[in-house]
Amino acid sequence: MSVIEIILDNWPWILIASGFFAGRWAEANHYKSIRIREKTFSQIPVTTTKTFSSTGTVTEAKLCVGSVVVSIDHYKRLLAGLRNIFGGEVTAYSTLLDRGRRESVLRMKAQCPDADMFVNLRLETSTMFKGEGKTTGSLEMMCYATAVKFS
Amino acid sequence: MILTNIESVPGSQIAEHYGLVVGSTIRAKHIGSDIMAGLKNIVGGELTGYTELLAESRSEATQRMVAQAEEMGANAIVNVRYSTSSVAQGAAEIVAYGTAVKVQ
Repeated sequence: MSVIEIILDNWPWILIASGFFAGRWAEANHYKSIRIREKTFSQIPVTTTKTFSSTGTVTEAKLCVGSVVVSIDHYKRLLAGLRNIFGGEVTAYSTLLDRGRRESVLRMKAQCPDADMFVNLRLETSTMFKGEGKTTGSLEMMCYATAVKFS
Repeated sequence: MILTNIESVPGSQIAEHYGLVVGSTIRAKHIGSDIMAGLKNIVGGELTGYTELLAESRSEATQRMVAQAEEMGANAIVNVRYSTSSVAQGAAEIVAYGTAVKVQ
């Protein structure tokens, strides 16, 4: 039996295994980098309200946008499929969405790193691929806010 | 052109309202990066090709909105909102809309 035949016979398992190993490794790395970058921005306050109490006169206001497209791996798809049978929280998906959302917020902040405050932050999620049948779905997460600078 | 997603431009007064300005675009990615995204789908995580596609189309939609506001004689757009919808597999429509104003 050649290598190609083995791959062709077992491809769903290979996909799931690669998701299990590569996906978990990538997720751990991503969370590590998110935590480091979140620390650098932790001094800048963020509000989801349109009004804010300023400590000085505003000198600059600018719209900042950050976005990211993420997709699940086949191992997570399997877990989510099993979860569909029993119900409950689909943790495989929630970590992915959490990662994506935090990444988009960080990208937005990185657009204006010298801002004093981010006002009226909005988060939005949209589906790019539905992920029907044996395919994995992908989502876009975006985030936007007004960056203000005080004098 | 000042863009904000709150109802005013902090630090300045709105002198005149010009009304709604809209910019939209629909984009699809070329087949090469579709294949790359398909491969990336195996391990999951970020699909950089699509992130770039959407970021590009978002700035395109914003530019169209800004161009419309400039035609009206505005110097700022307040209350900007973004909206995304997938029209077909791999193609996305992005809309940016806001209120064109003149600030002092």
